[in-house]
Amino acid sequence: MNLGAFFCVVIALIPLGSLLFEATVRGIRSISPGFFALTTANGGIGNAIQGTLILIGLTAAIALPVGILTGIYLAEYGKNRVGAAIRFFVDVMTQIPSIVVGIFAFSLLLELGAIGIVSSRLVFSTTTGVIALSTIMIPFVARTSEEALRLVPISTRESALALGIPRYRAILRVVLPSASSAVITGALLGIARVGGETAPLLMTCLGSGYWFEGLDQPCESLPHTIYVFALGPDSALNQAAWGASLILVLMMLGIAIASRVVIRLRAGTR
Amino acid sequence: MLPFRKSRGVGRLITAGALGDPLFQWFSTVVAFGVIGLLVVITVILSLAASESIRAFGLGFLTGAVWNPVPPLVFGSLPFVYGTLVTSALALLFGVPISIGIAIFLSELSPPWLRIPLTYVVELLAAVPSVVYGLWGIFVLGPVMRASVEPVVQGIFGFLPIFQGNPIGTDKFTAGVILAIMIIPTISAVSREALLAVPENQREAALSLGATRWETTRLAVLRYARAGIFGAVILGLGRAVGETMAVTMTIGNRNAISVSLFDQGQTIASWIANNFLNATDPLELSALIELGLVLMLMSLVINIFARLMLGRVLRRGEGSA
Amino acid sequence: MERLHRASGPRRTWIVAAVVAVVAILVAIAALAGLFNPSPVQKTSLLGSGATFPYPLITKWSSAYFNETGGRVQVNYQGIGSGAGIQAITAKTVDFAGSDAPLNPSERAAAPGLLHIPETIGAVTAAYNVASLSSGLNLTGHVLGEIFLGKITTWNHANISALNPGVSLPSSTITVVHRSDSSGTTFVWTSYLRLENPGWDPRLVGKSINWPVGIGASANAGVAGKILTTPDSIGYVELAYTVQNSMKVADVRNPVGNFISPTLASVAAAAASAPALPSPDGDWNNVTILNAAGATSYPIASFTYLLVYKQLNTVGTSMTQAKAQALVDFLWWGVHDPGGQQYSAGLVYPPLPATVVTLDEQAIRSITFNGQTLHS
Repeated sequence: MNLGAFFCVVIALIPLGSLLFEATVRGIRSISPGFFALTTANGGIGNAIQGTLILIGLTAAIALPVGILTGIYLAEYGKNRVGAAIRFFVDVMTQIPSIVVGIFAFSLLLELGAIGIVSSRLVFSTTTGVIALSTIMIPFVARTSEEALRLVPISTRESALALGIPRYRAILRVVLPSASSAVITGALLGIARVGGETAPLLMTCLGSGYWFEGLDQPCESLPHTIYVFALGPDSALNQAAWGASLILVLMMLGIAIASRVVIRLRAGTR
Repeated sequence: MLPFRKSRGVGRLITAGALGDPLFQWFSTVVAFGVIGLLVVITVILSLAASESIRAFGLGFLTGAVWNPVPPLVFGSLPFVYGTLVTSALALLFGVPISIGIAIFLSELSPPWLRIPLTYVVELLAAVPSVVYGLWGIFVLGPVMRASVEPVVQGIFGFLPIFQGNPIGTDKFTAGVILAIMIIPTISAVSREALLAVPENQREAALSLGATRWETTRLAVLRYARAGIFGAVILGLGRAVGETMAVTMTIGNRNAISVSLFDQGQTIASWIANNFLNATDPLELSALIELGLVLMLMSLVINIFARLMLGRVLRRGEGSA
Repeated sequence: MERLHRASGPRRTWIVAAVVAVVAILVAIAALAGLFNPSPVQKTSLLGSGATFPYPLITKWSSAYFNETGGRVQVNYQGIGSGAGIQAITAKTVDFAGSDAPLNPSERAAAPGLLHIPETIGAVTAAYNVASLSSGLNLTGHVLGEIFLGKITTWNHANISALNPGVSLPSSTITVVHRSDSSGTTFVWTSYLRLENPGWDPRLVGKSINWPVGIGASANAGVAGKILTTPDSIGYVELAYTVQNSMKVADVRNPVGNFISPTLASVAAAAASAPALPSPDGDWNNVTILNAAGATSYPIASFTYLLVYKQLNTVGTSMTQAKAQALVDFLWWGVHDPGGQQYSAGLVYPPLPATVVTLDEQAIRSITFNGQTLHS
């Protein structure tokens, strides 16, 4: 049985190993300064990296405050039936498939364009992409933040309140910092998740062979570039897809490692 | 840094908490309700957009097997629901045993020095984006399937209808295998938590009765963690159902119901991804959004079911103000 | 209390988090400010989407025109299929669209005021990936129809070997590759197969049909890629892609009886026999150059169209006078030589015949913004 269970672990690691191996071996061949300096129209991925950074930067700027505040509400003020209902619905939101979020963002902007509030031309734009990615990230960060805050012992809260400081200060200055490593981990994981999403970007950001043109214009992204390059007949672009995958996986790994480092830092100084 | 600062007027009211507390509570409540408001907007927008199709086809949408974008316009979701169910079932078939094996190994059998690195590595499977799995599926797994695995399977089990046909590596089978790999981190992580939640006295009781290590695990631990593991499996199913990119790159994009796993197929998510921008007729766009709602509902029901199973296992956290 | 604030643990974590946040914000600001690509020029961005049939050519036009205008006009054309182009231009989510399939009556009714501007001609080839065969397999429209209906399932079928005496055909199963998205190339291909196969179901003609057999792939590039990665496969791909990727293509029999290889010359011959074309704002539903006259004409050639609104001020608030002018200038540049047409031959698209250029000029001259024509 020992062997059987260990065998299961090995089986699971084979595809991971193969994937990382292939991504490294095939992807390394594409990596050159030109790869980062050229746009996807010229076989590079510079504008894709730029697009992904902008997308996750803007999404994080919106989703982190909203998500963490919601997490605070759920953990601190959400002990009643209303809070339970909100928690349930936030959970529902985390389960919405990302493709459905994509068609929501598209439909929302199309509707707004049809009514005349915004131009229909805004449907395919960075803004719509950020709306879609935020819809994915906000409930995720809300739940991870809530879980993080819940881990803080009651005694911490009680001792803060016992000293007479107002409740909101107790939350912001005492409880939140105590939970900081878990909250930051949740934020980083949310960013990693959103950075790898492709499906919602297919019908919102569309794609572009140029450097970032503006929030009202389509933009390229790493996952979308991988998708397009992978499916075409050009073997140079197929290889570039591996290179882009290597970069993307390294980014994801970097974020995962960063979150571990944060936990270690926190735990190590306790 | 002292919590009290010299302040006057409103500032003092805020710092002293008389104004600050209700203000902050109100603010965070508004934000939380705003997030739910976003869910309401999602539901309203999608329902409105899908309403034309719902009115046109009713329940026939779920049983219709034809998607015809030229007049007479008829849209049915059955081939996609079928594809989703088949690939998800395959994913569970391959993924669950491996995930439980991993969970058992990591929680019961692993030497401590191996446990943490191995846990990280299994989590790495979850960090890889879906589109990268798809890329690997096209250029690595697909050819292996076509050249080695599928002919062998067909050689042994070819008498069964599900293994007949011409295996080319781009089919429901390959898509199912990739989905299995993708849901392993989810199922194994939650199963591991379920196993860790089993009280030590259960193991001790079994061992004291003379059970072997395997018998202990099987009788005392697994049985106790049954509900949690089942919940983990359902969570994995929820993840498999919504997976888009890896599937659309390996399943072959054929809108037909066929028995053989070596035939191409289409899932709900991959069809929407392929076809959403293509719908020239408003009714087709409406039907695609209705399809998205069907997927959302499937995912929702699956995950509510999972959380009911996991309620006891996952509830933790001591600090509540 | 003070200890909680003064402990190095939380402070260090906040410092790490702050550093990460600062770096992220700097990156985002730098990106947004365009520091990655400094340009003092005022840019106009035009967005088009649709057919992948002319995608290599329009992409070339985009970069060439970008250089011609000194970076002032950026044309972003996304190849997502003719159907998607029609959806987009109808919903006015793009500035122009590309489609190889002309608008059918219901599409025309949904988007009144659209002009058809043929910007190039191309050809649909039967591309295959059989290791033991070289390029130039003889096939007819009838046999191709049988293959795509799933009636011919092996490469050494009698109907294929009858056309290719002396060629050793393998016994492997044929894997058919077709489009999974709404495609003008599919429309051209299925229209041709219907012409050549009396039994071809009329419901199997169009941009998006229910193929009886085969794998689906998105875009011409996707079909080409799928053929290249699937042994013993055959699919329909626009000519430019097969040349760029050295793919094997069939010689298709034309009405005269000759097996014609798809080349620049044979497609140009098909284009030369172009019939009388409707006016740009008219009905183009019946325009076809399939089975074109001429001994050397390739039988599966087609126009492909740019779809543009005649009255650009009706497109929406984002279509300004400047953008409308840029669009019209781009279109004018595209259909002329020197201009877009000078790049056609290099990418295996025949240059537009003079009569078509004249028609396009008429179309472009009729485009207005707030009643004013933009190109005289």
